[in-house]
Parts: sequence; structure tokens; C-alpha cells
Amino acid sequence: MGKTLFDKIWDSHIVMSKPGHPDAVYINTHFIHEVTSPQAFDGLRKRSIPVFRPAKTRATADHNVPTMHQHLPIKEALSRLQVEMLTKNTAEFGVELYGLGHPYQGIVHVIGPELGITLPGMTIVCGDSHTSTHGAFGAVAFGIGTSEVEQVLATQCILQYKPKRMKIEVNGTLKNGVLSKDIILYIISKISASGATGYFVEYAGEAIRNLSMEARMTICNMSIEMGARGGMIAPDEVTFDYIKGREFAPKGADWDKALEYWKTLYSDADATFDQVLTFDAADIEPQITYGTNPGMGMGISQHIPSLDQLDEKEVPSFKKSLDYMDLQPGAALLGKKIDYVFIGSCTNSRIEDLRLVADFVKGKQKAADVVVWIVPGSKQVEAQAIEEGLDKVLTAAGFQLREPGCSACLGMNEDKVPAGMYCISTSNRNFEGRQGPNARTFLASPLTAAAAAITGRVTDVRELV
Amino acid sequence: MSKIFQHLVSSAVPVPIENIDTDQIIPARFLKATTREGFGENLFRDWRFESDNTPKADFVLNNPIYSGKILVAGKNFGCGSSREHAAWAIADYGFKVVVSSFFADIFKNNALNNFILPITVSEGFLDKIFSAIEKDPKAELEVDLEGQYIKIKATGEQENFDINPYKKTCLLNGYDDIDYLLSLRSDIEKYEQSRPFNF
Repeated sequence: MGKTLFDKIWDSHIVMSKPGHPDAVYINTHFIHEVTSPQAFDGLRKRSIPVFRPAKTRATADHNVPTMHQHLPIKEALSRLQVEMLTKNTAEFGVELYGLGHPYQGIVHVIGPELGITLPGMTIVCGDSHTSTHGAFGAVAFGIGTSEVEQVLATQCILQYKPKRMKIEVNGTLKNGVLSKDIILYIISKISASGATGYFVEYAGEAIRNLSMEARMTICNMSIEMGARGGMIAPDEVTFDYIKGREFAPKGADWDKALEYWKTLYSDADATFDQVLTFDAADIEPQITYGTNPGMGMGISQHIPSLDQLDEKEVPSFKKSLDYMDLQPGAALLGKKIDYVFIGSCTNSRIEDLRLVADFVKGKQKAADVVVWIVPGSKQVEAQAIEEGLDKVLTAAGFQLREPGCSACLGMNEDKVPAGMYCISTSNRNFEGRQGPNARTFLASPLTAAAAAITGRVTDVRELV
Repeated sequence: MSKIFQHLVSSAVPVPIENIDTDQIIPARFLKATTREGFGENLFRDWRFESDNTPKADFVLNNPIYSGKILVAGKNFGCGSSREHAAWAIADYGFKVVVSSFFADIFKNNALNNFILPITVSEGFLDKIFSAIEKDPKAELEVDLEGQYIKIKATGEQENFDINPYKKTCLLNGYDDIDYLLSLRSDIEKYEQSRPFNF
């Protein structure tokens, strides 16, 4: 019987499989950052063991770094300590670090792909749930906790139970003004924030195939928001073209051999999935969330569900969520006044996102009372934006182009949305307090966020393009 | 942190809210410690305290009639961020068991790796636990790992729960995953030699 793409990769990475035990799975690439790694290095010290394969771990500082004046010492003492610990730990254990000031520094899920570290067929882990991003290359990539970071540092392996497989097909063609972010927000709104828990998802279908690599990363990035262990897309010419020539990608004869292998990475026609879901791209309009988990989303022209549309058991959590957002059941969001716009995060901070936004805002001005933060995903994205003159377009529109980091996606640095304010954000989570204590988040695509920046209100971007 | 879990009888703290994400369990701004200790004081920080740090009287952890080593929560507990700090905060506060009708995957692994037992019960049994606590905030639950059951002491109602045999052995004996993985060293090296590329 045929195998799924996921099974092909998983099975070829099993070091040990014993009855009653989770599989010991070999990890090709391990990314680490300042927030979820210090306790893991401490664990190694307590056991007096080294990092087993230091060349297979790469580090960057992204979660709590400032996005202004990165050349100066970090003002906030605890953030500074975490970044210093990362520098010290990586030096002591022989791990390569792309820290502040390094031309490769950036959000861990942006730099892996752009440096050609992320490759098809790999197993990739990181102490961050959005590690699923790397699945866009046909890799098995997933987020782990710090105890597991320590396992990988110590043994280059992780103990895991094999998840079930789900295929999500999106057929047909996307409508104008609809981006890959809208596809994934739409899927999550249909299957809920826990709809894929226990599964590893493969995205397929014409609408997925037609996406660029960066747009595919946006989809895989948010797999965790429906509970999936990870998400992946079979590699194809789009993938190979993206990788070829990148810094750490295979070269010459190695490239030819790699390509030969990568072309075998797809789900066989007779492979079976534990669950298959099918959607039609034509049904998807620009999306926006209204609640406090990513499953609470809708088409931008729709209304928030009213209480009588809900299962009785869901009502208390739903009410708590809308109270936090200060929104009414049954209300529409179009025209709702917003205060902040955040374009960034591992979901939407790549060069294509910045190009789309710059192209849209060219010659326009942001609404007077809206603060707009654009935070590129990496130093390389920032440099590319400047080379293309996007920085001038964005600043002329009144947008602030800041320096790379996770920034207002989780508000670990000073980029916080003030209490009670509404932020339309291209990030991945609208949880209570995620962008700052009592901040209120609407998740949307970069185009929908840019449109709101111009009008100062939740806007259907299709009316402006 | 105790590395062994076998049997527990305790009252429980109810948080009957669905989709509790790890940002609620421990907000990102409190992730800056570089050790595993001390996170308990910020457990459920923004539900527990006003922005001026005064306790919110209506939150269950601030209500002295509720106490115990068991946290009981609505479905899809621990979704969102992979931060193990959520498990550390729960352990540091003093909980040994979390009961829900559904757990997010990464949280479940993180809990087990910190010798906290996540128990998945049916929706019906979860409702029974919540009503038992509503009737008597001191209502005790009995958890037995060897027998894999959870019991409401007052009514005698009980339900069996699943746990994989490997993790059960780890919890009963205080073993961790790294001990096991380190014992596989020669298999790991053999695997590496069998793969021409790093993918």
C-alpha cells in the first residue's frame, strides 16, 4: 500500500521503535532562540553532557528583541539577560548563533527557509509552536517544549508518538484580494482551534499548488492554530526554484542527488489518510477574527454569530471572549474603528508580504489616528525591502518600518498594543493579552491590514483594489 | 519538583472555561526567567490580577474556599504556544494533576515531561466533577495512576483514563526521556551512518 508524504519522512527518521514506547525520531535541524532554550542548556550542564551534534542546531535572537535601535544594548534587563544567556550558551556548547547585529538575524521561521537551511525531507524542531512553518518545504516540522529541546541537544533525537494523518484539499482558484492567510484563517474558522489536534496535516489541491513558497509558509505556519502537530506541502518545482542557490542549500553534484530524492517526496496515489477535508477556494473571502482564539473567524462581510446560533455549552466561553473584545453577538466588523496595525510575525513578514503592502499603499496615507508598525521578518528581508525602495513607500504613507523580531505578535519586547485598543494584525494569535495586557486583536491578511491602516477602520480590501 | 507520581487524593480547583491557551496560563511577558522555578506566582496572571496587581476577587485562585493539587478545566486545555513555562507554572503553583475533556498535544507532552499528570475524561464525567465541586468546594477526587482511574470520592463515581505505558512507567518511577534517549547512543550513531544526507 502507498505511503503518505508524512509517513515517508517520519518512517525514514526512526532510530528506535519499541512496542509501548514512543518512537525515537532523528532530527536533522534544530532551531533555538533565547526564550525556550536557557533551561535546556542548564539541563545539559547538570548532567555534564555536551551538545551531541552542535552543527545541526542553529540559534537566533528574535522573541524579545527590541525593534528599534538594535545596535544599542537592550534596555529591558530581563530581555537583555536572556539574549546574553543565548550568546554565552551557544559559545560554550559550540552552536552557531545569528544574534543581534548579524546579517542573518531574524525570526527563526523566516531565516531557516531564506538561508536554505530548511530543506525537503528533513525533520525539523524548535521550541516554538510555529515551527510548522517549515513544513511548506515538504519537511516534518513541529514545535516542542524545553524538555524536548534538551533531548535534541543531548541526542539529536526526540521521543514522539506518531500522529494521525489528515489531508486538507483546497481546490479551485482564489478570488481577487484573497491571500493564503485568508485560506488558513478560513480553514481554522471551519474546523475550530482544536479541529486538527492529534493530526499532522498535508495541504493539497490546486489553490495550494498555485501559491508561492512564502504564501505556502503562511498556511503551514498556522497549522498549530487548529491544534495540528504540524502541516506540510509536498515539494515541487516552486519549492526547488526557491531553494536553489541559497546559502546553505546543497550545491553541484549534491544538489542533483538531493533533487532526485526530493522528487520522491509526495503522498502516493493509494496512500490513505485518517481524515480528508475538502474546501473550495471560490468560497473564501478576505477573513477576519472577532474573538480570542484563531478559530473565531469569519469572512469580512459576515456578522459575528448570535447566541442562538451556538451550542448551549459554548455560550459561556463565547461571551467571555466577546466581553474581552467589547463586541456584541450578531454584530458586523466592517467599519469598526481600529487603533493599531501590525504587519509582521513568522506568519506574514516576508518580502512578498512587504511588497504587497507597499504596492497597495503607494501614494496613499495612513489614517491620522492609527499607529502602523511594519516589522520585517529578518535582516535579509529588511535589506531587500530597502534595496527595492519599499521602505520609502511605506514611510511616505506614515508607516513605521522597524527592525526584525517577533515584536507585537506576542509583546515580549516593548512593542505592545495598549489596553483596550484594537489592533488589526497579520500575526497568528488573538488570545487575550497576546499583544499586550487587555489589547484586542483582529487577525487578518497583510492586504486587509494595509487597507485598515489607510481607512482607520475594518475594511473590505476588495473595494480598494 | 517531585519526579514521581503514583496516587493522589485531593480537593480540586475548577476553571470551567474552554480553549484555555498557554498565553493565559502564563503570559509572554513573564517568560523571561532562565530557570524553571518561580512561574507559579504568575500562573493565570491576567485572570488573577488587575493591572495594578490587586487580586481579582472573582477568579477562582483568589477564592480561599477552593484549593487542592488538581486543576479541572474546560476542553482544549493548553492550546497555542509550545511554552513549557505553562507546565512549570502549573507545577510551581502546586498542581500535580490537570483534568480536562481534551488537551492540546504540545501541552500534554510538556506536562508529562514535568511529572504533571494530564487526565482526559469524557465530557460527561467532566460535568460531574464540576457539579461535585459546585456542591462542595472541598469535594475530593482520587487519582490512581497504576489503576488508571479518577474517582469522585463523595459519590463513588469513577472513570478510567488512558496513558501510554512508557509515560506511565516514567511517572511511576521518576524516569525521564533523556535517560532513555542517552541509552540509544549506538543506535543513533548507526542511524547517522546509514544516511548520506542530512534529510
